[in-house]
Amino acid sequence: MPQTAFALFTAVLLLCCVLCLYRIARGPTAPDRTVGIDILGTVVVGFCALLSLVTGKDYLMNVALVWALVSFIGTLALARRLEWQHDND
Amino acid sequence: MTMTDQVGLVIIATGVLFDLLGCIGMVRLPDVYNRLQAGTKCVTLGVCLILTGTAVMADATPIRLKAVLCALFVLITSPTAAHALARAARVSGIRLWEKSVADQFARSK
Amino acid sequence: MNRLILFVLLFLFWVVLTWTAVPPGPAYLQDVGAGLAAALLVTWAVGEKSGTRLAPWLQPQRYAWAIVYFFVLAVYVIKANLDVAYRVLHPAMPIRPGIVRVKTRLRQPAARAALGNSITLCPGTLAVDIHEDGTMMVHWIYVRSLDEAEAGRMIISRFEWFLEKILE
Repeated sequence: MPQTAFALFTAVLLLCCVLCLYRIARGPTAPDRTVGIDILGTVVVGFCALLSLVTGKDYLMNVALVWALVSFIGTLALARRLEWQHDND
Repeated sequence: MTMTDQVGLVIIATGVLFDLLGCIGMVRLPDVYNRLQAGTKCVTLGVCLILTGTAVMADATPIRLKAVLCALFVLITSPTAAHALARAARVSGIRLWEKSVADQFARSK
Repeated sequence: MNRLILFVLLFLFWVVLTWTAVPPGPAYLQDVGAGLAAALLVTWAVGEKSGTRLAPWLQPQRYAWAIVYFFVLAVYVIKANLDVAYRVLHPAMPIRPGIVRVKTRLRQPAARAALGNSITLCPGTLAVDIHEDGTMMVHWIYVRSLDEAEAGRMIISRFEWFLEKILE
């Protein structure tokens, strides 16, 4: 992959991460922050794939796969916790 | 640069663009449900396209296989996570945006 | 039988993940052994509880419809993304959101899950909840109808038709 293209993609994906972090920081409610975390997790999967392509290291693809799994389960756990918290108040 | 590389590059560029649109939507839209809509749709397609582009451009079979597997996985899990989050938000009493036109939600037993 | 299918799937996943388990790999035997052990462990831990039916898996026309469905869904996903792009980038943000009810006639849990995921990826809709009797709550970014039957025609009918052939 050409260097300029890679630099451009990285810059845009980093901007995506910053936007997600803005949503996590600003809220205003707990579900809003959780949405930010969920989307950030998905963006990072794409990031890992891009890195694996540029460096040619295939273990980074494993990182992407496992990240997708863990971020999915983490989001489910957070969602379940939100419901649980409401039911027990 | 070969033909396949160019195709892969275009696919990845489209994916990155949709990722950005999804994140902008997540920042601009007014309530958690609308943010979830924009975020889930765009970022799912964006990441799937990045992974497809990786599969097209990669030179080793394991990377290709894993990229396809990962794309399928994201395609299935991302909407499921969005659904769980939307349900959790509504059940825990987060109101819709004040200009919303309807709220016919009722909790299942 | 369910356990056997799960075991085979887990082992295949392991082989893809650790590519060294393919014959010319450096640590061929160790990796296959470790994969078999891990797959066995997970199969044992999950146990015999899911009530999946075997017969539908052996009907080839379901796979054919699934492939057709994949392409139909791909068209809708691209449309959905262009729709989101339009709403997000428009300075006035033309949205008219709301949660509406629709009723699905699908009975199988897998079919209902696939329907929910499909409408989440579709233009303007997001599945929120589903009740036992098939009533679905859908968040719609631009509500065009509050009537259950009419909203159902707009949101879910196009997928129900396919999913009945694939997963029911």
